[in-house]
Amino acid sequence: MSVIRVQRAFGAPVEGEALVSEEGFSPRYDLDRWSGLITKPGHRLEGQSIVDKVCFFPTAKGGIAAGWAFYDIKWKKIAPKAFVFGVTNPVMVQGAIFAGIPITEGWEPDARTVVHSGDWVRVDPGRRLIEVLRTLT
Amino acid sequence: MELDREERALLAGERGDAARRALEYQIEVGRFWGARRFVRVTNVHMMGDIEVMGDGGLEWLREQAEQGARCRVATTTNARCIDFAHCERLGQDAAEVAKERELIACLRRMDVVTTDTCINYQSVYQPHLGEHVAWGDTGTVIYANSVFGARSNFESGPAALAAALTGRTPEYGFHLDAHRRGTIAVRLEAALDDLADWGALGKLVGEANQSYTAVPVFHGFGRTPIADELKHLGAALASYGSMGMFHFVGVTPEAPSLAAALGGNAPGAQRVISGADIDQVYRGYGLGDGDARLVVFSGPQQSLFEMKQLAELFAGRRVAPGSSCFVTSNAGVLAQARRLGYAQALEGAGATLLEGVCFYILQNLTPMRVANRWTNMVSNSAKIVNIIGAHRFNTVLRRTRDCVEIACSGELR
Repeated sequence: MSVIRVQRAFGAPVEGEALVSEEGFSPRYDLDRWSGLITKPGHRLEGQSIVDKVCFFPTAKGGIAAGWAFYDIKWKKIAPKAFVFGVTNPVMVQGAIFAGIPITEGWEPDARTVVHSGDWVRVDPGRRLIEVLRTLT
Repeated sequence: MELDREERALLAGERGDAARRALEYQIEVGRFWGARRFVRVTNVHMMGDIEVMGDGGLEWLREQAEQGARCRVATTTNARCIDFAHCERLGQDAAEVAKERELIACLRRMDVVTTDTCINYQSVYQPHLGEHVAWGDTGTVIYANSVFGARSNFESGPAALAAALTGRTPEYGFHLDAHRRGTIAVRLEAALDDLADWGALGKLVGEANQSYTAVPVFHGFGRTPIADELKHLGAALASYGSMGMFHFVGVTPEAPSLAAALGGNAPGAQRVISGADIDQVYRGYGLGDGDARLVVFSGPQQSLFEMKQLAELFAGRRVAPGSSCFVTSNAGVLAQARRLGYAQALEGAGATLLEGVCFYILQNLTPMRVANRWTNMVSNSAKIVNIIGAHRFNTVLRRTRDCVEIACSGELR
């Protein structure tokens, strides 16, 4: 079982299906906030849903509006289970905490080397750990 | 986190439930970032409109207002999603318009000054060197940190509002000296004659170094940049790179020299941006089906000088039949632009002036795109061509003069 250590974390432990991106993320630039689908043309995850997923993104993009957007998608019941960032920014963290969505920053090893979309993972913010419980293949 | 007497009183509920919850929330955010304490802020700028907040956000805000939440420091609002004078013509939802009115009323009850501008730093409040503030959107933050030498992190709507209610924010990121030092050196060889060139520069440096902790230091530029140029640079760095601060040697207050701006950091690989690099940015945009019917001057809102320049460029010309040209600014700038005749000149040329909004956050923008069969959006703002993607526009960055030409000729080049 692969284990990833994270640097900073907030929230209660959760399990879910991983959605792993090679590209950064903004809920304003990339996401349709009514369907939970990534709709920005050309995004590496274009057409994929973040609903109920544990979302892995290497970076955060732009956007103050994420602060309200996370609460909005949680209220609409299309939020992910957790956000796992390589590098994030304060807005993502403020937004996730406001919405009560677990969020982590900093990963060792790079999550993209050990987790793939479709894997089943457990995020444990209290222990600063992410465990890959089942791999897709 | 260490709490002072006042913070302990806030936490004990002595200033009401709304302030107590705000501080509890700020403590969680502070813990995440390893903040040791709070810093007092003098000014708050917050994003809050129905498009970004949604029904859940409005319900939350209504509760706050009813529970007596009141701002403790001067608090202003960012650009919003509805211009009440134009909402019907734009086909915006009547129900959402009504919610926006209620949302504004809630904010005013909480003593928020609803300025509805993303250029507060040009038109409302200019903090001084070392002044701690809690601002969002990102363009306002990077301007505050870089050009004024004030101190702010990106503060999202809920975080900014919490700061307004408690009068403080957790001390992390750009509030601390250690995070304000330059990390990348960029030597400028490009002439950067147009505002769009400054956005293109921000795109090149931001995209290549996406990180909130990256602080580029620009040096080697042969003249003094004007405020609007630094505004487009900052907005693009923040948008493409998620950056909150830059230095400009000899221009910004914490960069008397390259060495001072770097503050002991090794500059890493020396990056040089030439005129050819900037030209390459423009060539990088696909023209899609060639649709030239939407040209936008927005994101950030236009300053008075940008309004003046546009009025001059549109003089004696008209927006092509079937094309739309939108120009957005705040109430103050537009009132002055009207007094000076710039607004009439632009409206006479067929442009639509929108007040208190930004184009990319307009409520109902995707249906608006579909109804107008717009496929491309052309702008001189590198920020807006980046940020509007989720609405499925193909976007094209062009220099200001070229944008005006496209709007009036109906031909995309």
